[in-house]
Amino acid sequence: MTATRADAAAIAGAVPDPELRVVTIGELGIVRGAEQAEDGHVVVTITPTYSGCPAMDAIRDDIRSALAAAGYADVEVKTVLSPAWSTDMITESGWAALERTGIAAPGPSGTPTCPRCGHQGRPTPVLQISRYASTPCQSLWSCRSCLEPFNAIKKL
Amino acid sequence: MSEVATEVELLGLGDDALIAAQRLAEWVSRAPTLEEDVALANIALDQLGAARMLLAAVGDEDELAYRRDDHQFRNCLLAELPLGPGRGDLDFGWTMSWLLMLSAAQLLRYTDLAGGSDEQAAAIGAKAVKESTYHLDHARQWMLRLGGGTEESQRRVQQGLDGLWPYGHELTEGIRDRWLAIVEPVLAEAGLKRPDDRWRPGGGRDGRHTEHLSYLLAEMQSLHRAHPGAQW
Repeated sequence: MTATRADAAAIAGAVPDPELRVVTIGELGIVRGAEQAEDGHVVVTITPTYSGCPAMDAIRDDIRSALAAAGYADVEVKTVLSPAWSTDMITESGWAALERTGIAAPGPSGTPTCPRCGHQGRPTPVLQISRYASTPCQSLWSCRSCLEPFNAIKKL
Repeated sequence: MSEVATEVELLGLGDDALIAAQRLAEWVSRAPTLEEDVALANIALDQLGAARMLLAAVGDEDELAYRRDDHQFRNCLLAELPLGPGRGDLDFGWTMSWLLMLSAAQLLRYTDLAGGSDEQAAAIGAKAVKESTYHLDHARQWMLRLGGGTEESQRRVQQGLDGLWPYGHELTEGIRDRWLAIVEPVLAEAGLKRPDDRWRPGGGRDGRHTEHLSYLLAEMQSLHRAHPGAQW
């Protein structure tokens, strides 16, 4: 195996998020980095989006199996809390992928743009139905222009 | 809270969050609307996440959660109380009063942790502050709607406040003024009456709990005690 440290980080970062399959955990800002010691031991550092996010165990397993498939036998996944994850850590390609599947960004004013019709909430409103949605990191909205419901990532 | 959080303080906060998570989970599949069901489950999940970080900072999280008896828990009494007027009751107005009181206190405690010099505790605090802000806002919005809603909604949310208020003294020890500065304006805006400061039940931080904790722990711990180390 001639893989380098950068490869380990890239492989870990390319793992799809178990809840939001359209984005990778790298794009979501969950992977902080990867270090490989002389003896081949790899330490991947991740950070939770929400502290109780139930996807974290699946993410750890997925990282281990992705790296194992690439030939890294000895992998440790470490969780760090600081600096705390924020929505600012989602990459541009991450936001684009989320929006393509109908999940909006929080929007600078706190009101998201409807990912289905592009309506920005004026004069017909985009209404928040619930602060909490199908995953801890999303809220539920309804666009009064196209009348479709959609999820938006909560600003954190 | 002193600048360096002690193990006792971290354990108290961790137990508050763990017991609150278990309590809130009673709402799953029983909330008034689907959206609220999801919201309460998410808040319970955040509480569990904070509890895991805090308990892991002072020991083995599973040992602490599943192998201690009621007198070894250090949560404040508020966290363990039923979310309605009596044991087994679930009342939504009552629950929102409970969540307002609890999340305002947690927000302040976590803010203090985040500003402290203990690096690990500060990281946990900084993470939990963000989530507590959402919990507090959720409770606040419901207090405004229920307080300003119908006679029945106002009666029930006020009943919750009246029943829970005495337990706020133990909850807010050392942060009472800052806590009142958050909670009082919400009550005023919602047209709710701030209950009188009369009796001040306490003892949870020393392991003296109400009977409600024993029932809660029996449910939470029974599987692990019957099958130690069980995983699923």
